[in-house]
Amino acid sequence: MRSPFRRRSATDLSPPAKLGAFLILLAWAFIVLFPIYWLFVTSFKTAYDVDKGPFYIPFVDFQPTLSAWRYILFDLGNDTIRPYVNTVIVGLSSSVIALIVGSLAAYALVRFTYRPRVGIVGLFIGSFALATIAAIAGAPPSIAFLSGLAVFLILAQTVGRRFVRAFGNSDIAFWLISQRILPPIAVAVPLYVLFQQVHLLDNIAALILTYVATNLPIVVWLMRDYFASLPRELEESAAVDGASVYRIVRSIVLPISVPGLVATFLIVLIFAWNEFLIALVLTSANAQTMPLQVAAQNATRGPQWWAMSVLIIIMITPVVVMAVALERFITRGILVGALKG
Amino acid sequence: MATDTLGAWRSDGAARWLFIWPAVVLILALSLFPLVASVALSVSKLVFNPGSVDLDFIGFFNYQELLFGREKSHFLGVLKSPTAIGWAILIGTIALAAIAWVRAARSGRVSPVGLALRLVGGIVLAGFVWLLVQTLASEGGRPGSLVVTLIFVFGGILLQLTLGLGLAMLAVQLVPWRRFFRILFLIPLTITPVGVGYMFLMMTDTSKGPFEPLWVALGLRNFTWVTDPWLARLAVIIGDTWQWTPFVFIVLLAALESLDQEVREAALVDGASRWQSFRHITMPALLPVTTTIVLIRIIEGFKIIDMPNILLGGGPGTATQSMTLQAYIDWNTLNLGRSAAIAYLLLILVSVVATVYVSFVRRRVTELA
Repeated sequence: MRSPFRRRSATDLSPPAKLGAFLILLAWAFIVLFPIYWLFVTSFKTAYDVDKGPFYIPFVDFQPTLSAWRYILFDLGNDTIRPYVNTVIVGLSSSVIALIVGSLAAYALVRFTYRPRVGIVGLFIGSFALATIAAIAGAPPSIAFLSGLAVFLILAQTVGRRFVRAFGNSDIAFWLISQRILPPIAVAVPLYVLFQQVHLLDNIAALILTYVATNLPIVVWLMRDYFASLPRELEESAAVDGASVYRIVRSIVLPISVPGLVATFLIVLIFAWNEFLIALVLTSANAQTMPLQVAAQNATRGPQWWAMSVLIIIMITPVVVMAVALERFITRGILVGALKG
Repeated sequence: MATDTLGAWRSDGAARWLFIWPAVVLILALSLFPLVASVALSVSKLVFNPGSVDLDFIGFFNYQELLFGREKSHFLGVLKSPTAIGWAILIGTIALAAIAWVRAARSGRVSPVGLALRLVGGIVLAGFVWLLVQTLASEGGRPGSLVVTLIFVFGGILLQLTLGLGLAMLAVQLVPWRRFFRILFLIPLTITPVGVGYMFLMMTDTSKGPFEPLWVALGLRNFTWVTDPWLARLAVIIGDTWQWTPFVFIVLLAALESLDQEVREAALVDGASRWQSFRHITMPALLPVTTTIVLIRIIEGFKIIDMPNILLGGGPGTATQSMTLQAYIDWNTLNLGRSAAIAYLLLILVSVVATVYVSFVRRRVTELA
């Protein structure tokens, strides 16, 4: 039998080094797995087993029971299924939209040059701040913001053209990522007011919109580095052959960016899947998501470990399945293959 | 010119705007109002009148309270005169900053505006170090939520980056079970942060948790993490690292996998050492994305709340209370004004850190690569 540790090519490690690498990975795998294993066995425990514990191995030192699973899946019934469906819809749709919109913006920031004028940006912020102050002071919000917009457009057309100083692409990128700095705790109440105005409270559309906006900067930044690392010659030769930008993006850039796109998709999916505080503030019954259910298990009787464990397990299962399905795309050879073909 | 509208539509000119505007508009729509509204909140006080809730303008009172007033010990910490080591660290930092500034001034390549900005930056840095030594390297000093947050962020990022990079470099090798490892390593990230918090609460329980025999063997049966501030902070950093290392791991893995292996192979065949091929081929390709991950982790890390809140409730005392947790506690007690003020101080702090990071580290690194 051939050893799995044998050497295959010049870049491959020598057999002892490979064994070392394997052992380190195995050690980290244990660190990752142990808490998850504990979660798994806890989901089959009763309150008594948890309290008298620690018990490690089902059937050996405690008698496993399905009571927590039954409680979450059947007794709670719709109170589990509804948030679950919401989480799936919100997570998938917001991350797909964020991936599409964000990748286009990232590509644009790598391949085009933008020069937004400092003066125009300043005017925009100024008129918006004035409109907000007017709205807080009691003017009807729609009128305040429309007149703010009008003032901005007039000033931008006249005064704004005189400013010469301009920002660059890196400033735009920095502005985008800076939108993630403010903690959700500060954003939650204003967002509540905002969605109240457009009657989207307790509606998954509000969550999808919010998660797209909060995850966009991450997509833009990760994909920007990724696109920048692609060889430009490929796109240039296609452009010389007369292909449009859209064609180049669709048939060259996107196919060779699959590893980056998949990794980024998984990250934003996970962020949207697990977000807690904004979901807490924006939803009440219909649009609740799973993280709220997990937190709800810490009720007046103290944390219901067994129920919490069941919820966490059923929450991570689809994401893990998706990671299993997508992992093979985060693999070498795709770029090399594209360059050869 | 645009004689053919369809042709003009398909040109780069349209693509330029079509690609970037959706992202900009979406973010503007959802970020501008909260940004302005929380400024408004931070200079007001919530007043409950019969039948309505009003905002009373109180000026910069909330900020003043946090930085100089009643909440100072909570936010900045208890400031005491530093020990000899503390003084040495402070003087050393100031001396190094001064030398760097004088060298920049002498080189003649930095504009007067740049010099002035660097001077401001140096003063801010010295102020921070002064705060750090007064709270951490002093008799009777105690860090407030600002310093605690900095400890979490920088301690956590250092661990996560080292572990994530190391694991990603091992997981691209052709070792057995590599697909299993890659998927398994992602799992901690997939658990909702609140859930991870409760999971670590189970793990760190010294009487019913899985490590109970270990605690008993060490004679720590009735020990709780809540007794020692530094152990409590360490527990938070360990939990945070367990959760976030996968993030660094997966991004670096994708970057490593998209490297052209043939270049490395050719270099090795030509007699380059493994270290040389790492230093001159792998590292330049990884640096830009690494600096991006660090920036994202800085921004996300400053918002740390679930782990210290669930694990320790911010305790012992306020030893693990991060800025966001402090804002959350104020928020829960309906002191929305002070909560917004803390959030805004956080915004200013992170903006400064991120700007310095981007202009000094990232730009230089991108030029290198």
